[in-house]
Parts: sequence; C-alpha cells; structure tokens
Amino acid sequence: MPLTATTILICAGGACISAGEESVKQALEKEIEKYALNDVVRVVETGCMGACSLGPLMVIYPEGVFYQKLTPQAARKIVEEHILKGRIVKEYLYKMPTGEVIPEAVEKLPFFAKQVKIATRNVGYIDPLNIEEYIARDGYFALAKVLKNMSPEQVIEEVKASGLRGRGGAGFPTGLKWELTRKSKGERKYIVCNADEGDPGAFMDRSVLEGDPHTVLEAMTIGGYAIGANQGYIYVRAEYPLAIERLNAAISQAKEYGFLGENIMGSGFSFDIEIRIGAGAFVCGEETALIASIEGRRGQPRVKPPYPAQSGVWGCPTVINNVETFACIPPIIVNGANWFRSIGTEKSPGTKVFALAGKITNTGLVEVPMGITLKELLYEIGGGSSTGKKIKAVQTGGPSGGCIPSEHFDTPVDYESLQKLGAIMGSGGMIVMDEDDCMVDVARFFLEFTVDESCGKCTPCREGTRQMLKILDRITSGEGTEEDLDELEHLANVIKDTSLCGLGQTAPNPVLSTLRYYRNEYEAHVKEKRCPSLKCKQLIRYVIDPTKCVGCTACARVCPVNAISGEVRKVHQIDNEVCIRCGSCIEVCRFGAISKVSP
Amino acid sequence: MSKIKTLEDLMKIKEKAVKELQLRDTGKRGKITVAMGTCGIAAGAKDTLKAVVEALSENNINDVSVVQSGCMGLCEVEPTVEVRLEGQEPVVYGHVTPENAKRIVKLHIMSNQVVTDLLVRRGEI
Repeated sequence: MPLTATTILICAGGACISAGEESVKQALEKEIEKYALNDVVRVVETGCMGACSLGPLMVIYPEGVFYQKLTPQAARKIVEEHILKGRIVKEYLYKMPTGEVIPEAVEKLPFFAKQVKIATRNVGYIDPLNIEEYIARDGYFALAKVLKNMSPEQVIEEVKASGLRGRGGAGFPTGLKWELTRKSKGERKYIVCNADEGDPGAFMDRSVLEGDPHTVLEAMTIGGYAIGANQGYIYVRAEYPLAIERLNAAISQAKEYGFLGENIMGSGFSFDIEIRIGAGAFVCGEETALIASIEGRRGQPRVKPPYPAQSGVWGCPTVINNVETFACIPPIIVNGANWFRSIGTEKSPGTKVFALAGKITNTGLVEVPMGITLKELLYEIGGGSSTGKKIKAVQTGGPSGGCIPSEHFDTPVDYESLQKLGAIMGSGGMIVMDEDDCMVDVARFFLEFTVDESCGKCTPCREGTRQMLKILDRITSGEGTEEDLDELEHLANVIKDTSLCGLGQTAPNPVLSTLRYYRNEYEAHVKEKRCPSLKCKQLIRYVIDPTKCVGCTACARVCPVNAISGEVRKVHQIDNEVCIRCGSCIEVCRFGAISKVSP
Repeated sequence: MSKIKTLEDLMKIKEKAVKELQLRDTGKRGKITVAMGTCGIAAGAKDTLKAVVEALSENNINDVSVVQSGCMGLCEVEPTVEVRLEGQEPVVYGHVTPENAKRIVKLHIMSNQVVTDLLVRRGEI
C-alpha cells in the first residue's frame, strides 16, 4: 500500500451521520478524484469523536487541523484550499464562545485537552473496519499476553488489582465478578456484553461499538479465558444498526486473523462470540432480564439470588459486563493494574465516559478521570450553558439517577460521592438543565419514561410508578395538594424498597432527588399554583405588554388557534382560555412584547 | 490471511500498521513541506510529493512527517521543498524533481547533509 501524505479522518458517528456526514464524504472523495489526489490523500471514516454538537466534523493529519460544521460545499473548499494549496480554511475552524478562532491541532481544543481516554482511546482515531489499525494501537496484544504468559487466575488478579468497577452504573468490582464466576461450578460458562444502552440521551456504548468494536471482542475473549467460558454473547439493541454492522465486520475479521474461533493463537483456548439483538425494551438492560432475552424468553427480570455468577445464561455461570467496562480491560492488561490505579480516585480508579446533553455548549461524548469535579466537567470541557442562562442542575444516570443542583458542582465525580447526593453514576448520561427548566416537569418526564418501560412483573413498579405519575400530573396542572407531596415521597420510598429489579428500585430517584433539592418548586406548584420556571403549561398565562406592542399583527397571524385579537397598529390581547401556550407568538414578536407569567 | 499464532506475527502487523498511523501524528523528528501552490503544482509538485512519500516509505523513515503548504513565494524555482529537522534551521530546496526529492531524503534526512546544489536558502523565510 502506498503511503499517503495526508489523512482525513471524518467522523462517522451516529450524530455526524445524521448531520450529513455522508454527503460531505462524497463531496470530499469526488473533489479528491477531480484533482487526482487519490494516491496522496486517504479518507478514513472513524467512530464518534465526541464533539457531536459541532458535526459533521473532520481532522486532517499530519497537521491535526480540526474542521467542524461541514457541508459538501465546505468539503470542496477544504480540498481546494487546504489539501491542494496548504491554506487552512478559517471559516470552518472551531470558534471559542468568545469568538476566538483556534487555529489548529485537535489536542489543543479545550474540549479535548482535559480528557483522558482509556475506553474511547481509539474511537475517532482508527478506522473501525480495519483490524490492522486496531493492532497498530496495541490491539490484541493484551490477548496475546494473557494467552502466552498468564494463567486465568493471574488475569483475574490483575483486573481485581486495577480496581475496575462496572461502568454500567452500579459499580460492582469487575475482578470480583470474574472470580466468583470462575469459582462457580457449571458444565459451561458464558460471558455476556451488555450493550443494551437505553437511557435517554446516553450513547457511550454505541460510540465504543461503532468506533472501536475490536476492543470489546478482545476484552470478552480475555474474560472468557479468565472465567473458563468458550462462548460470548453481545446483547445489543436493534436501534443500533451501525454498531451491529461494525461488530459483525469486526467478528469476521477477528476470525480471519485467528483471534476468535478454535485454538486462538495456538494456545488451545477456543472462544466464539455471537450477537443477540434486543428489541429495545429498557428493562433488558437489567442483567436477569437480559439473560431471559438472550435465551429467547420474554425480557423480564427475576429474583436475585441466584446471581448470574451462579446461574446465568441457560442456567450456567455467566459474567455480564457493560461495553465500557470491557473497553477498559485491554489497556489494563497491557499497562498493568498500577497504571490504571494511577488515574482517577482511590475507590473509583480509571476514567468514565459521559454523554453531555441538554443545555450545554459542547454536547457530545467525553472521557474524564474519575474524581474530576462537576464544575470542571460542565464548564471547562462542556463549555458551560448553551442558552446564556445559568445552569441550574444536572441529571446523572438518566431515569434511574437524580438531579444534582449547582451548589454541589464542586463534588468529585465518583460512585460514592454521587450516591451521597441522591444521584447515581449510572451509565454516564448527563442532562444539563438551566433556569428555564421546571424540576417538577423534569421529574415527571423521567417518570413517564419508566412507567412506559416498566415490564409489569412486580406490583410496586407497575402500579406504584403509575400512581406517582398521576400525582405529578396533578401537581403540574395545578390540582396538587400538600398531602400529595407527602404521598409522593412515601410512595417513592416504598417502590424503592420493594421493587423486584433495578428499574423499579431506581425509578423514584428523579422524584426523590428533586423533592430533596427543589421542594420549594413543588410547593410553589401546590400552594401558590405557580410554576417558577414558567414551564408547566396549565400554570402559566401569556400576556402582551401594552407599552411594547405596536399592533403589527404578526402574533395574531401566527397563532394556530386564533387566541390573539386586535386591530392593526393597536395593542393586541391574548385570550388565555383559548391559548394553547405553544409559544409561536413569542418567537415571532420582534418587540419582545409577549411574555409568560405565572400564575 | 493466515491465522496469527505468535506474538511475532502480531508484532509484524503492528509495525506495518503503525507506519501508516504515524503519518497522522504530529510531534516528530522533522517535517518535509512540499509547496503545493498553483505554481508548484504546475511545475510538477504533485510528483515531487509522491516521490518524497515513497522515498520515506522505502527507507522506513516514519519519524518525519510530510506536509503540504501553499506557495512560499519562490515561484521561479518551483517545485520547492522545505526540510525542517529538530534543532536545525530550516532549509529550502528548489527545482525538486522526483529524482532530486529522493536525493534530499537520502542525503539530508538520512545522512544529515544539506544537498547544496539544490539549496535555495537556509533559515527562516
């Protein structure tokens, strides 16, 4: 293969594809063809680079220039100017919130500079469809080391010593899980990768699977060797077609190179991996429900114990780890447990990948050392609020997690600290809320999700969450009473204590944490029938400021229900009985005359 | 593709693949810049660039990156190539045909000798 002088890495993560990566790539290739640069320029599609809000994006090496918000037209210009003539195209460079343009090098952008990449070390850098690029980055060296020089017990010892904890959210020590499963008696054993990522707004696992599928395969094979399993399953949601496609490609490449199959690397150890596609039920992320689904049964959890370590897939001892947990294994084996321990905190070593979403400037994927404060994560890496309003709180752990108010943003991010605040680490979704977000409404949103996703097997979760939602509906529509708040709290605690599985046990968390930190907002809703954030539609009114309205009729024309009346050049009025609070009039008014008030 | 049995097999693939990856990285021993302005391209800079890349590859040099730039203003001596090695002042060569490019790699990059007959100037422009 001829060496190329320029490599263009174009992000082919889900977000960039949706933003039009394909057409950018086509334009790029056509233009390269046009200037006959095929031999000197190589275009590589990588996994998600993390800066999703800037997509479609690309990095041009060797200079490391980072281009963002691309269009086919931009691609043509970049080929003509940058590739052909060596002039950096300033208009597509990243701009700081201050308007300052950062001229180059990806590594220098604040978004990337503070990150420490372990699980996502290759994502966005290598071509996920090329096994050799993975090997170039030490891929499969961990497997070789394990098979040639280590006993299964030594592997388990190393993982235990690293202090790696489950990245799916619960934080169970991975090495201990492997040890328990190794010690369990069973005819066969299984290793399962949980890729049923279901939290709204979370996409860490998808990004690893799409961007670096081999790391998961390698880690599962190492795990199989350690616990004595010859078969692995990857349980991935049907909503992740690209991840499935790349996993399939990776599996066949690994087989071709002899990293999967019979007698791997001449060691006598055989291991195979199959993909199981889930139909998208949130509860299937719970390990016992996931096992049921792998076996072809309805995805419902069962009572633990026995734990999967004793009785998992087909009743055999099974290890279930999350994608990100697996992605940490090869570097731990190659670099050693002490290296891993040197990153992060004492009790939570290593890094964690977070998906930043909501009202934050740099939405996307970041990997940071454990123990970083929320402040650093949200303001330095995340770039702060995207709306210009103050960040009020952040929800970690999705519908199973809780809200952390801005007063606690100095808290280090680790399993214990977050739990102390009533939130959880969770799988890594972080939804940022600003002053316009009503915390009662937020709690209601997450609860609505769990009500939908409850499997219905146990009563507290099936009926309890539904009753909680009813109460929240009452509160947000101004019909709540003070007794409702006590009832809500009581119900939440009962569901937490009595539900069968993790889904029900954590479903009340958003309500409990918002009640804990924002009880005043709940009280405003029930006592004063007022929504302080002007969010709950039934508690607000739209009013026109007569001193600002010039009678341009723009609002009246845009109102879908004809709630606005008034003559030309005279002050208009809104009939709040008719108004559906869609906000169209506010958007269209050029004089800032319309505002929301509560009550 | 035969199956990989030993660490050496794996190492071989790594070495090969690393070479391709390294070209993406910055932070190397040096940099060869081929001026690819309209004038350079008209004078044959594309073939020069190709020759530079090939010469580096043939000689297993992977700690020197190849970069393209615009016209550096020396249109009369195009194609031009600038060689910057760490700790040395940059050297600009002119009339770099593919053959000359190979000489530059051999002499300047590999033996640290400036190719005087092609020399346009030393030092920062």
